[in-house]
Amino acid sequence: MEFDPLLLSRIQFAFVVSFHIIFPAFTIGLAAFIAVLEGLWFRTGNPVYLQLSKMWIKVFAVSFGMGVVSGIVMSFQFGTNWSELSYASANFLGPVLSYEVVTAFFLEATFLGVLLFGRDKVPQGMHLFAAIMVAVGTFISSFWILSANSWMQTPAGIEIINGRVEVVSWLEAIFNPSFPYRFAHMVLAAFLTTGFFVIAVSAWYLLINKSREYAKVMFSMTLWLVTIMAPLQLFVGDLHGLDTLEHQPAKVAAMEGNWETQSRVPLLLFAIPDQEAEMNHFEVGIPGLASLILKHDLDGVVPGLKEWAPEDRPHVATVFWSFRVMVGIGMLMILVAALSLLLRYRGTLFVNRGFLRLCTCMMPLPFIAVLAGWITTEMGRQPWVLYEIMRTEDAVTPSLTGGVALTSLIVFVVVYALIFIAGGYYISRILKAGPEQETTPEDDAVTRHMRRPARPMSAADG
Amino acid sequence: MEGQLIDLTLIWALIIAFGVFMYVLMDGFDLGVGILFPFAPNEEARDIMMNTVAPVWDGNETWLVLGGAGLLGAFPLVYSIVLPAVYLPILIMLAGLIFRGVAFEFRFKAKDSKWLWDVSFTVGSVVATFAQGLVLGSFIQGFDVDGTRFVGGAFDWATPFAIMTGFGLMAGYALIGGCWIIMKTEGEVRDWAYRVAPVLLILVLLFISLVSLWTPLMREAIAERWFSTPNLYYFLPVPVVTGLITLLMIKALRDRTDYLPFLCSLGLFLLCYSGLAISLWPNVIQPDISLWDAAASPGSQLFLLLGVLFIIPLILMYTAWTYWVFRGKVTRDSVGYH
Ligand code: HDD
Ligand code: HEM
Ligand code: HEM
Repeated sequence: MEFDPLLLSRIQFAFVVSFHIIFPAFTIGLAAFIAVLEGLWFRTGNPVYLQLSKMWIKVFAVSFGMGVVSGIVMSFQFGTNWSELSYASANFLGPVLSYEVVTAFFLEATFLGVLLFGRDKVPQGMHLFAAIMVAVGTFISSFWILSANSWMQTPAGIEIINGRVEVVSWLEAIFNPSFPYRFAHMVLAAFLTTGFFVIAVSAWYLLINKSREYAKVMFSMTLWLVTIMAPLQLFVGDLHGLDTLEHQPAKVAAMEGNWETQSRVPLLLFAIPDQEAEMNHFEVGIPGLASLILKHDLDGVVPGLKEWAPEDRPHVATVFWSFRVMVGIGMLMILVAALSLLLRYRGTLFVNRGFLRLCTCMMPLPFIAVLAGWITTEMGRQPWVLYEIMRTEDAVTPSLTGGVALTSLIVFVVVYALIFIAGGYYISRILKAGPEQETTPEDDAVTRHMRRPARPMSAADG
Repeated sequence: MEGQLIDLTLIWALIIAFGVFMYVLMDGFDLGVGILFPFAPNEEARDIMMNTVAPVWDGNETWLVLGGAGLLGAFPLVYSIVLPAVYLPILIMLAGLIFRGVAFEFRFKAKDSKWLWDVSFTVGSVVATFAQGLVLGSFIQGFDVDGTRFVGGAFDWATPFAIMTGFGLMAGYALIGGCWIIMKTEGEVRDWAYRVAPVLLILVLLFISLVSLWTPLMREAIAERWFSTPNLYYFLPVPVVTGLITLLMIKALRDRTDYLPFLCSLGLFLLCYSGLAISLWPNVIQPDISLWDAAASPGSQLFLLLGVLFIIPLILMYTAWTYWVFRGKVTRDSVGYH
């Protein structure tokens, strides 16, 4: 049987990077949350913060571990599956990814050791410093990797010489047109993901009457966070879309399901785009709204997909729907934030069971929004891997055979499924045990003596 | 690169060589701990062994990521030829690194399934090491290249030589791992490590001799490099110092000087590494692509160099600091945060 190495490599890349991004999306925000908790514990000496921090550090350790191992896969996959892309773009991507390693990964990885294992070995201030360094590391990492990705979307500051990229302006290349928006949007997405995860866990504690004092602290803190960030995300997302309209209009046409270049483009709420027939079935839309959003003018003319040859168009249905999933979840987040304000005002935030149930159910949604967002972005730029410079089909490793690509795809699917199940299970056990399972500093010394030293069991075992 | 004041490519070759060497040393000992894991006297010993590396393994492995990214940045041709050529060994290595990476966290969180993560840690370490040895072996042998592309087959790396280097690297990592355990533990675990280290040392010396004989036989140019005069005299210190370090190590193992065997094992690695560099210089892709052919454009090399020259010393400083924080012997009472 013949397998297509290109298609398999694309599936593999999409699978592996989607698996990877789940963890950064969660750990970027969580690192910052832990640093804040450690800071509050340092300032106030209130052990509630310490207990909370200890519990979340455990969750962090498990997810960070999975983020690291899946990230290492990514950095080799560029070479193994996309060697033509690597070679052509190395003069930019190489230095940028190397800077990510030296400025971010070392910082995270090294101070992670002190954060996890050093509480009794360094002064409290140093431990707080380690927590901050890990959090800073995750930001620096996002900065570089999103610069790299944005540059592939909207290349700038380069010349193509003999089929290879030569950088003429580092500033323009690093701060390429879509980078500021993508960076802001992704960092907000990470904060929202962590925020809603913590909200869901605390809402669940409140529902089953567990660790109430701790749950209230987390619940209120993170609800304030998302109350600010969720509306901000809508605003940044809108700017991001306007920027994309300028630099990647075909992507926006696919996001809107807009085939004709026209004015008064409707904002489609539902449609089934048909790539072959170049039209949508079952359209339901609000007339003129897309023109209003994109051009700030009802009569604004927006380019449609027919401007591009069929082979230069992205797959419309995927982009159209993944975009709607993301924005829909974003709207739901704003709704939750608004409800929380209302309940705060009424003083029933911690007891309104309907709201608590809603919050618990939100847990998986931000992850889905992040994945949907990336699918919009990445599928929307097809068929280009370096936008309007290199096509995806020209990027794949020439020596790669279908059989080998299939093998690696299967290996990654199986391996990731196993560790995902195990990791999810251990995280759920830590959360079920709850913050009160953590020992307070006074009895720490006591339990350390009582615990059978031979078995360094985690609190989750207890 | 005529007309340039400094040879950026040469500097980059040194930086990458340094990065790879750091990786081999640092992840070498924690992979080695994983390889020795199943032979440990008991579960308590395994807990202790794990705890000697748990705070530092992630930082150690980051040198590997630097190796990958740095190659892409400074020698893109190497990156885009070697990785496709060793696709399957890399796949195996990654799978191994995944299983052993998650084992650090999962193992301490598990109850009944703890044995599973013991297995995952060991198998992951063994597989990752063997795969790295395969990559090393095929790198020494060279690749089938046309222009800027790898044109060979998916199994070109599967040669007796590469399989031999695979086992050789396993012995090597196990040796530094064993010496690390000697340095970081006491009591029963250390006694056990003192017993296995001599065996590993013999194995390593065997592999060193095998590689030293096989490589010159494999390629004329390498034999020429080593055995023609006056080269012979310049390079003679390499085998001589190797012999001296071996003697020192035997003595240290006998006298039970806890830290010395580890330093000696690092010394052995450094010598093997320089021996390799002598054999292959100045080619990065055997048989005939030189460092300069494979280099990125000078602008990119310079841009990266400016930052790296400042940041790497910083990294070394805070890495040293964490090793200092976690200095001293790990005992069964130092259970970490779990
Ligand atoms: C630095 C580069 C970079 C970064 C940060 C990302 N991607 Fe990407 N992505 C690529 C570089 C890339 C690529 C190498 O350029 C691919 C491979 C094939 C292709 O067409 O583009 C790609 C394809 C690709 C595809 C498949 C599209 C297709 O082949 O039709 C998906 C679904 C994603 N990516 C998703 C993601 C997610 C969830 C990311 C979040 C981490 C992400 N990408 C970050
Ligand atoms: C294709 C693109 C990507 C590559 C090649 C890549 C590569 C890597 C690598 C090699 C690691 C492990 C580092 C270590 O050893 O500590 C890692 C971890 C990480 N990556 Fe990515 N990454 C990609 C996409 C992203 C994106 C889009 C983000 C964020 C916006 C991101 C954020 C992070 C963070 C925060 C970590 C720290 C570990 C964790 O996940 O918890 N990465 N990445
Ligand atoms: C609330 C309204 C939102 C709007 C209007 C919006 C808008 C956009 C747009 C236009 C893009 C595509 C950019 C491009 O590639 O050209 C995008 C991408 C993305 N979105 Fe959203 N978004 C919203 C909410 C969210 C939420 C709630 C999340 C996650 C929690 C999220 C996560 C992402 C991610 C991860 C990407 C891909 C990375 C990027 O290009 O920034 N978005 N968003």
